[in-house]
Amino acid sequence: MVEREVVVPGDLLGEDPKLASHGTYVQDGKVYSANYGLVDRRSNIKVIPLSGRYIPARGDLVIGKVNDVTRSNWIVDINSPYEGLLHVSEFPERVDQDNMSKYLHVGELIIAKVADVDPSMKVELTLREEHLRILRQGRVIDISHVKIPRVIGRNGSMISMLKKELDCSIFVGQNGRIWLRGDEKMVDLAIRTIFKIEREAHTSGLTDKIKEYLKNELETMRNQK
Amino acid sequence: MSKPEKLIVDGKRLDGRGPFDMRPIKFTAGVLKRADGSCYLEFGGNKVMAAVYGPREVHPRHMQNASRAIVRYRYNMASFSVEERKRPGPDRRSIEISKVSREALEGVVMEELYPRSAIDVFVEILQADAGSRVAGINAASVALADAGIPMKCLVSAVAVGKIDGEVVLDLNKDEDNYGSADLPIAMNQFGEITLCQMDGHLTEEEFGRALDMAVDGCKKIHELQKQALIEKYGQDITPDVAQPIEGGETNE
Repeated sequence: MVEREVVVPGDLLGEDPKLASHGTYVQDGKVYSANYGLVDRRSNIKVIPLSGRYIPARGDLVIGKVNDVTRSNWIVDINSPYEGLLHVSEFPERVDQDNMSKYLHVGELIIAKVADVDPSMKVELTLREEHLRILRQGRVIDISHVKIPRVIGRNGSMISMLKKELDCSIFVGQNGRIWLRGDEKMVDLAIRTIFKIEREAHTSGLTDKIKEYLKNELETMRNQK
Repeated sequence: MSKPEKLIVDGKRLDGRGPFDMRPIKFTAGVLKRADGSCYLEFGGNKVMAAVYGPREVHPRHMQNASRAIVRYRYNMASFSVEERKRPGPDRRSIEISKVSREALEGVVMEELYPRSAIDVFVEILQADAGSRVAGINAASVALADAGIPMKCLVSAVAVGKIDGEVVLDLNKDEDNYGSADLPIAMNQFGEITLCQMDGHLTEEEFGRALDMAVDGCKKIHELQKQALIEKYGQDITPDVAQPIEGGETNE
């Protein structure tokens, strides 16, 4: 595994402006870090931030909470500085516009897809796709969105391990919200594990460490019975 | 303390420093849980806490800018931060410091990335001991980076002053009170000056020397700021590949 180096904004990362990617900027033909994070120099130079709020991008799958209902839109909190708009036409059924709350009311949680984000950061959501739906059961937790890739793991290794070991349904939204459903005890453990992943996200060999942790916890649970 | 006869004795200042020495400085990044980014700084006798929130929705709404983020900076002195109780709340001085400090940092924050949002910086002076505005800027800059806000670089600041006719770096309280000039300066790592104020008088030649000292001081502070951010994650940073971002799937 490559040793990752922590950089702060303004650190010089390279001399070739063509390699500049996410989290960097170019000044006088040189590449500088624009963020506090870890450098990735494999194909191009990018900085993976260690913190920060979720900024929606087209195609992201997110978990949102309905904040307000207007005549044509549901206004959805997506754990970001920008609210999401779910237009009636993006709802999977025909909607009676005089009675919007009948279909989706304030406080309900949805799995939605970011259909579009315009330059002024107007965020449009959609529910008209497979997997997208209203969440009527289960639990949702919030973690920092920059840790989401670690919760998913390489090719989904972490998340599939969690699902398999704990026999839970889990959905990870790009905006740092995670939905879980299953046996209450198992969901409790899954949540504890996810928070542990969040805390230790910057350490190496995480999947193995978590596997070990889960094994021990499951062992203790069995002994208590 | 009443006015001492001399502020420099045998080439040493009253606290034993030479003219080019700064007071001890200690940065700690990420000390507050609720804030997006934070920094606690001890800068000589100054104790400063900085917290950054955002980017977040702008309230009141009319303050928002359709094309960029706004930066709001609040410098506040705790009522117990000075010997005589400070009346709480904003006053002429702290409003001014808030404005110039905000302007010192605005230049490096990439505001255009977050239209219609606000980045709030709160700086609380818990203990004041001359140079609290530069301490505030130093701490705020680390807190902004800690919050993951994209910036061109960090901002470092230091004050230079004149005591007993000599130009010295980083005044302490007595030197500030009884000295004849105080020149707080903030700059980024490229040497662009983003804050420059002055109390008292300096000749042109003295000003030039003072500026050189400030540049050196800021370089040292910049190193400490970087160090604080790097230390926050310890030595064991070797996460393997962060996956190309992709939503999880439900397994139903």
